[in-house]
Amino acid sequence: MAETVQSEMRHTGFLGLLQRVGLSGRALVVSVPYAWLLLFFLVPFLIVLKIALAESQMAIPPFTSLIENVEDLKYQITVTFYNFHYMVTDDLYIVAYLNSLKIAFISTICCLLLGYPVAYAIAKADPKWRAPLLMLVILPFWTSFLIRVYAWIGILSNNGVLNNVLMWLGIINEPLQILYTPVATYIGITYSYLPFMILPLYSTLEKLDNTLLEAAADLGCPPWKAFLTITLPLSIPGMIAGALLVFIPATGEFVIPELLGGPDTLMIGRTLWTEFFNNRDWPLASAVAVALLLFLVVPIMIFQNVQGKQGGHP
Amino acid sequence: MPKSWFLRFGLITGLLFLYIPIILLIVLSFNDNRSVSVWSEFSFRWYGELMRDDQLLSAAWLSVRVAFISASFAVVLGTLAGMMLARFGAFKGRALFSGMVSAPLVMPEVIMGLSLLLLFVSMEQVLGWPEGRGMLTIILAHITFTMSFVTVVVQSRLVSMDASLEEAAMDLGARPAKVFFVITLPLIAPAIVSGWLLAFTLSLDDLVITSFVSGPGSTTLPQIVFSSVRLGLSPKVNALATIVVTIVAIGIICAGIYNARQEKARQRDEQMAQQGG
Repeated sequence: MAETVQSEMRHTGFLGLLQRVGLSGRALVVSVPYAWLLLFFLVPFLIVLKIALAESQMAIPPFTSLIENVEDLKYQITVTFYNFHYMVTDDLYIVAYLNSLKIAFISTICCLLLGYPVAYAIAKADPKWRAPLLMLVILPFWTSFLIRVYAWIGILSNNGVLNNVLMWLGIINEPLQILYTPVATYIGITYSYLPFMILPLYSTLEKLDNTLLEAAADLGCPPWKAFLTITLPLSIPGMIAGALLVFIPATGEFVIPELLGGPDTLMIGRTLWTEFFNNRDWPLASAVAVALLLFLVVPIMIFQNVQGKQGGHP
Repeated sequence: MPKSWFLRFGLITGLLFLYIPIILLIVLSFNDNRSVSVWSEFSFRWYGELMRDDQLLSAAWLSVRVAFISASFAVVLGTLAGMMLARFGAFKGRALFSGMVSAPLVMPEVIMGLSLLLLFVSMEQVLGWPEGRGMLTIILAHITFTMSFVTVVVQSRLVSMDASLEEAAMDLGARPAKVFFVITLPLIAPAIVSGWLLAFTLSLDDLVITSFVSGPGSTTLPQIVFSSVRLGLSPKVNALATIVVTIVAIGIICAGIYNARQEKARQRDEQMAQQGG
């Protein structure tokens, strides 16, 4: 008892001190994460934009500064759109953008086709089976992403497991070239992002009102028709949430096309990486990042809308 | 198991797709031969080589320290952010804040990495801090991208939880700070623990953001793994994968059993309370 009283008094003392310096507890709680995200999330984008407008130079850091002090109190601002112009005129970048969107889109569809039956089956399973089955879906997500992508090298390579099995079955006579092609990239992305599709789908399907389906069955509606006209439309929010969780990060994916795709599997995340690490052209890499972000602004806004609704707001 | 054969087929296909690669890695980690297609004999050879690889071990140690520190800070920031979004109602700049919290969940890592690196370089130019790039910059970057995941976990727990206990405590005159530490914190503790574990795992596994913000003296485990698998297969990585999968599986199974027990205890308490009343 004495202890609680004392701790309460300390609280009062501490809070009183804060109030004296003009900070309420609430303001303090709000300001710390807010300031952190402003500094480490928002400001960096402005810097990327700034550097995208600078020129590359051989120096440390390897870009020109926009504002220069020409003489006393006289500053000169130099902005160049050279990087953006270069990106529009060189085919490489446009091809890489379009290819990224295509790869991300096809992989999202694959995730949906593969993930929907899994999510639906778990939602329909006996309640005592649901938690273990969900655990099975989540478990791979907790193991290393890099290692799971690497596993596919052993499966897809020319003398890998898949080719050996197919040859042993007599389906093919010589190994198929799958590794280092776009197909391997589709497989890698579908595999890595599948849990992100299953989880939102499951949570939508699980909440689905069963009485609607019972009513449909009572009125003589066959199960497949009930599924198409009731379950499928009602699960659209889950599909959208899952699709965005897959599509947006997949568009900028670097590791999967680098490890599984061939040299001709162009994706914009890979192009950005090359500009930055191999060519040391920081301004051009920044311009690529700005353009990628512009492509993704609309999907990200929709995602935040969905996320906001799911998070709830008292 | 669901009754319809179609659903059963879909479920099994999906789970096989998820698990075959992992199982394959585990099996191959005990293969004495380098090749994936030739099984020579069962051996612990690659585990031995893994344990003798000093570069890899020191990178692993750095990764664990970075993940521990980042996850601990991310949990504090993420819990505060989750409280703000779930309990504070409307506050100034709420839309911007919730945008900044949820964007890192989907933001391509190359963009996050590049933008954080450019921030650190600019800060060094203007403020002289952080000096160069290394463990500190990796930790700052990891806190930033993992705190969003903690926020989502804590926020969804708070939203699904009844606020009436907190309100009752407030009505009885407890100060907000006291309500938080005595009522809210114990109730959301499971979410905080899983948020910490999630942040720890994500930090331990991150390659892309780390590559941008790390310096020459600080190489993390994923960077070592990446540079060795970029050239093709590397049996040591199979052994590493087996160790990671074993630790994760044990952790998840323990958490699952613990949760199931808690749930049972809670149901029993509720029944007893009903019988007593």
